[in-house]
Amino acid sequence: MKVSEFPDAFKKEREEKGYDSIEDQNDPAMMILGHKDVRKCAHQWQTFQSGAKPGRIVIPSEVNIRETRQIPFEVDPPEHKSYRNLLEAWFKRPLNEDYKNQLTTQIESIVDEVLNKDAIEVVGDFSLPLQSRALTLLLNIPYSEADLWISWGTHVFRSEDTALDADKANILYNYIDQEIDKAIENPSESLYSQLLNSKVNGKKLTKEEVKGVMILTFAGGRDTVINAVTNSIAYFSEHPNSLKALKENPAMINKAVEELVRYFTPLTQMGRVATKDAEVCEHAVKADSRIALNWASANRDERVFENPNEVVLDRKVNPHLSFGFGIHNCLGATHARQILRILLATLSKKVTSIDVLEAKENIEDLGNFKRKVGFDSLKVQFNK
Amino acid sequence: MAKITFITSDNETITLEGTSGSVMELAVNNNVKGIDGDCGGVCSCATCHVHVAPEDFAKTGGPEELENDMLEFDDLTNEYSRLSCQLQISEALDGIVLKVAK
Repeated sequence: MKVSEFPDAFKKEREEKGYDSIEDQNDPAMMILGHKDVRKCAHQWQTFQSGAKPGRIVIPSEVNIRETRQIPFEVDPPEHKSYRNLLEAWFKRPLNEDYKNQLTTQIESIVDEVLNKDAIEVVGDFSLPLQSRALTLLLNIPYSEADLWISWGTHVFRSEDTALDADKANILYNYIDQEIDKAIENPSESLYSQLLNSKVNGKKLTKEEVKGVMILTFAGGRDTVINAVTNSIAYFSEHPNSLKALKENPAMINKAVEELVRYFTPLTQMGRVATKDAEVCEHAVKADSRIALNWASANRDERVFENPNEVVLDRKVNPHLSFGFGIHNCLGATHARQILRILLATLSKKVTSIDVLEAKENIEDLGNFKRKVGFDSLKVQFNK
Repeated sequence: MAKITFITSDNETITLEGTSGSVMELAVNNNVKGIDGDCGGVCSCATCHVHVAPEDFAKTGGPEELENDMLEFDDLTNEYSRLSCQLQISEALDGIVLKVAK
């Protein structure tokens, strides 16, 4: 199989019944697989809540490794809106010209760096530093801070042999606690200080709330961005003509980003907890049980996407769900999109072709399903 | 050339002229409040939702199926809803008035 081929793991069950169950630490979830059903459930926040016990809507569940509520994604309306409004303006900063220029400088410099080497391990030596450095812009803190995050490795929240690792998660949590204390002592223009100075519903944000936003900011954009970047490199390695097409027609970059994000769907699914007895796909969902909104499956739904298992770089109408759907759609989407748009522009300008030397796939184990979500390692050579 | 008028949620009226591209792009390029166009116009984010003035709805026509599906789950949808990324600018749209949904 080609390295850039990511099969649809959910086709059969999606077409035959539209759902399936996934076991997860004695708290099973009913996985919703069709595009329309996923959107419908995401829309019904009164029935399928996000503000459950912290960590419970994440799959695999994180209830055993954290107590801090991640904000705003583990908060429901009406409170959700106040937090979201506070953060929205900040998280739209990637659209500013100055931000864009700084991000372009970062990405061009890392591409220049790998162009001068014989072989590069994309995950650890390209995507990880790229994501970490870009995060300093989002937090508005010094560039040098990225070195520390890079030293944590690609999996800050997971170790090689287990999907949940409390010790590793604590490194991040302790770090954020310290950074919050530092920001209290020495206020700056950073996101930490911005949050510490903010009020929601007339009340100043507590340290715990600031921590909740920061954990989400770190966790939400780590493996997702790393996978999106790495997988895009894999795609271009096997489709050098696409790089050429993007170079000749930069107006296509936006559509290409959306399509790559649809095809790869970096985050497979997100859960919700039923607030009352409900029904999905003519199947009962009991109160206080979990459902999983399977974005990856929805994004390959043939009823919505023509040739869903092909990358069609200039797909014009592309209602993919890779950034979620409804009020809880991805807060970091603007940042992620800007990273990918600049990456594609830079690659198409500077790189002629990419040769894959070695690839080790990252296959997610989802009970009945095995889904390729990215790579544990991808060794390539970039050619000028 | 088409003259297109946007009315924002704070009742600001902005009239713009466009010759090509989508109505969303015209709005985003001119910072019309409430039209974000996050996905760049592929009908994936619904952040460019407008309500067409009823008397102008014949000029834009109704949404296609996939656009309709997106609108179906938006709380602010009414019978004159369109995603402005799916409205291509042409002479046919000259003079229309769009109320920004958000």
